[in-house]
Amino acid sequence: MFDIERWQEIFDTIRKNKLRTFLTGLSVASGIFILVILLGFGQGMQNGIAKEFAADASNRIWVWTQVTTKEYKGLNPGRRIELKNENYDYVNSRFSDNLDKKSPVYRVRDVSVNYGKETIGYSIQGVSSGFQFIENQFLSQGRFINQSDEESVAKVIVISNKIKREYFKNGEDPMGEYLDLSGIKFKIIGVFGDVGGEREEDRMFIPITTAQRVFNGANQVNNLSYTLQPAESFEQAVVESMQFSQELKSYLQEVHSVAPDDGSAINVYNTLENAKRFYGLTGNIKFFFWFVGICTIIAGVVGVSNIMLIVVKERTREIGIRKALGAKPISIVGMILHEAIFVTAISGFSGLVFSMALLELVGPLIEVDYILNPSVNFNVALSTVFVLILAGALAGFFPAWRAAHIHTIDALRDQ
Amino acid sequence: MIEIKNLHKSYKMGSNSLHVLKGINFSVEEGELVAIMGSSGSGKSTLLNILGMLDEADSGEYTLDGVPIKNLNETKAANYRNKFLGFVFQSFNLINYKTAMENVALPLYYQRVARKEREKKALMYLERVGLKEWATHLPSELSGGQKQRVAIARAMAAEPKVLLADEPTGALDSKTSLEVMELIQKINDDGNTILIVTHEADIAQMCKRIVHLKDGVIVEDKKVKQVRASSYVQ
Ligand SMILES: Nc1ncnc2c1ncn2[C@@H]1O[C@H](COP(=O)(O)OP(=O)(O)OP(=O)(O)O)[C@@H](O)[C@H]1O
Ligand SMILES: [Mg+2]
Repeated sequence: MFDIERWQEIFDTIRKNKLRTFLTGLSVASGIFILVILLGFGQGMQNGIAKEFAADASNRIWVWTQVTTKEYKGLNPGRRIELKNENYDYVNSRFSDNLDKKSPVYRVRDVSVNYGKETIGYSIQGVSSGFQFIENQFLSQGRFINQSDEESVAKVIVISNKIKREYFKNGEDPMGEYLDLSGIKFKIIGVFGDVGGEREEDRMFIPITTAQRVFNGANQVNNLSYTLQPAESFEQAVVESMQFSQELKSYLQEVHSVAPDDGSAINVYNTLENAKRFYGLTGNIKFFFWFVGICTIIAGVVGVSNIMLIVVKERTREIGIRKALGAKPISIVGMILHEAIFVTAISGFSGLVFSMALLELVGPLIEVDYILNPSVNFNVALSTVFVLILAGALAGFFPAWRAAHIHTIDALRDQ
Repeated sequence: MIEIKNLHKSYKMGSNSLHVLKGINFSVEEGELVAIMGSSGSGKSTLLNILGMLDEADSGEYTLDGVPIKNLNETKAANYRNKFLGFVFQSFNLINYKTAMENVALPLYYQRVARKEREKKALMYLERVGLKEWATHLPSELSGGQKQRVAIARAMAAEPKVLLADEPTGALDSKTSLEVMELIQKINDDGNTILIVTHEADIAQMCKRIVHLKDGVIVEDKKVKQVRASSYVQ
């Protein structure tokens, strides 16, 4: 390896056999290049999908109700199930260890909202302070509904960025302004935005207590929404939240006398369940890219082996001449391997550098749904280069060994 | 210098085998210039290849410069070849991507001579065969005679004890053949031992001794009065 004479001999050979060297190098470099790009895009897709999920707090649990579809305990099907404050309070105390954020939702109906002379055609929801986190909303101005608003049944309202844009033109500041909800004045205390997009901004929030009392909700609740305490791992989180959803559903079915197998009366939606499917999908995508990548590497290895076979075959006579001049078999094998390793290493690293540079430069510019910042783990890429070098060496070794041990006279006869 | 006793060699081809050398006894002193003659297929090349350790005999003894040559493996043979022997082939066997000088320097590489030294020596030997100006040319840019002279320079560069040449003039026209023979005679005059395989009588007459092979045995072995290649009218 540190034999300078050998290096010179190899550089001579490489310099004088440019095409052969180039072709070997090209197949190695392109193998690495394709692998890195593939792995990069696999990662990019995973990043992209992960980002889509960041839109909502990812372990959100959401309860809604419909009519019963089954007869149960002497009750006819077709009964509308209505959640109550007691249900919400009971769940809070029973699962207090599991729950992180929580909020009931009461949808206020048949109320006209006016700002000055204009009518605002968006819905109003009564919620608690936790709702902001559950829905992954941010505040652009002011504050969200808080605990004391609820306790004091305050007449305050949080509007969305979209509503602000549509109704407070010319940069008018909505903060402290009043909206008229069927004749009752509500003070605007905040402006929220939703990472989930505009569609999530078609609404306004008031305290749940105010919604129920002022707008005849009594103790009715339309939805329950929760996030759970973070778990140690994703798997753990899935297990815990599935169990929670199940227990929650059973409890609600029991208190509302719903048949346990009634699929639609009480619904618990668990984002993690969905997320799990998607994460599974990204896993599969990643696996697929790895699979294709490894096939590429295998193709590269086969290509390198092939070239090595041909190179050695082509050089059989030269090997015979060298041996007639006194070259030992070991020095023949050494020469061929040294050249093979050198060429694979140089071209492998060039492929690596080139593809990583491309990912680095072009990656962040890619704006396609579900692909975000494709990148590749440098160590992984480096390892594949070494695998290829090793494969090249191995692929070169056997034909070189055989050629070096052919009887000199037979090698010389080779045409 | 060379001593062989009762040398046998046969080639196996499928189920039958071809007995080529059937007990050769033969010795060569230092400084001799020997021509090996015989009809095609008589085993001349086979004998020369065994002497050159490019091939192995089935039985018999072979001593080269006092060293018994036996139990050859490739590594050992390579060592002996490098130390003792120089080859000249009918088809030149130059490495086509190396220049004349690099070809001549190659045996020195395997003697682990340093690069500078190699190049100096190679140039010196190229000068001796009259091709110093062609040092940087590739074999493809040389004529047949020039190629063979490069090959001879290469064989001489390692300073072997014995030079073995298998039909060195076989691929050359008669004028070029004379040039090559003149060179070989000159090298022999310097005291080198040389064996030449040929089936041209006039080439053989330029040696000092002629050995005739027929059907795998030596049928005639005589000293001759050497004809100088330079004595031919050009
Ligand atoms: N590798 C081999 N395998 C089988 N048979 C061989 C081999 N080499 C030579 N022979 C046979 O051995 C015999 C002697 O061959 P050799 O090459 O020694 O002849 P030669 O005297 O050099 O002939 P020529 O003047 O044609 O070169 C021939 O019949 C040849 O066919
Ligand atoms: Mg022959």
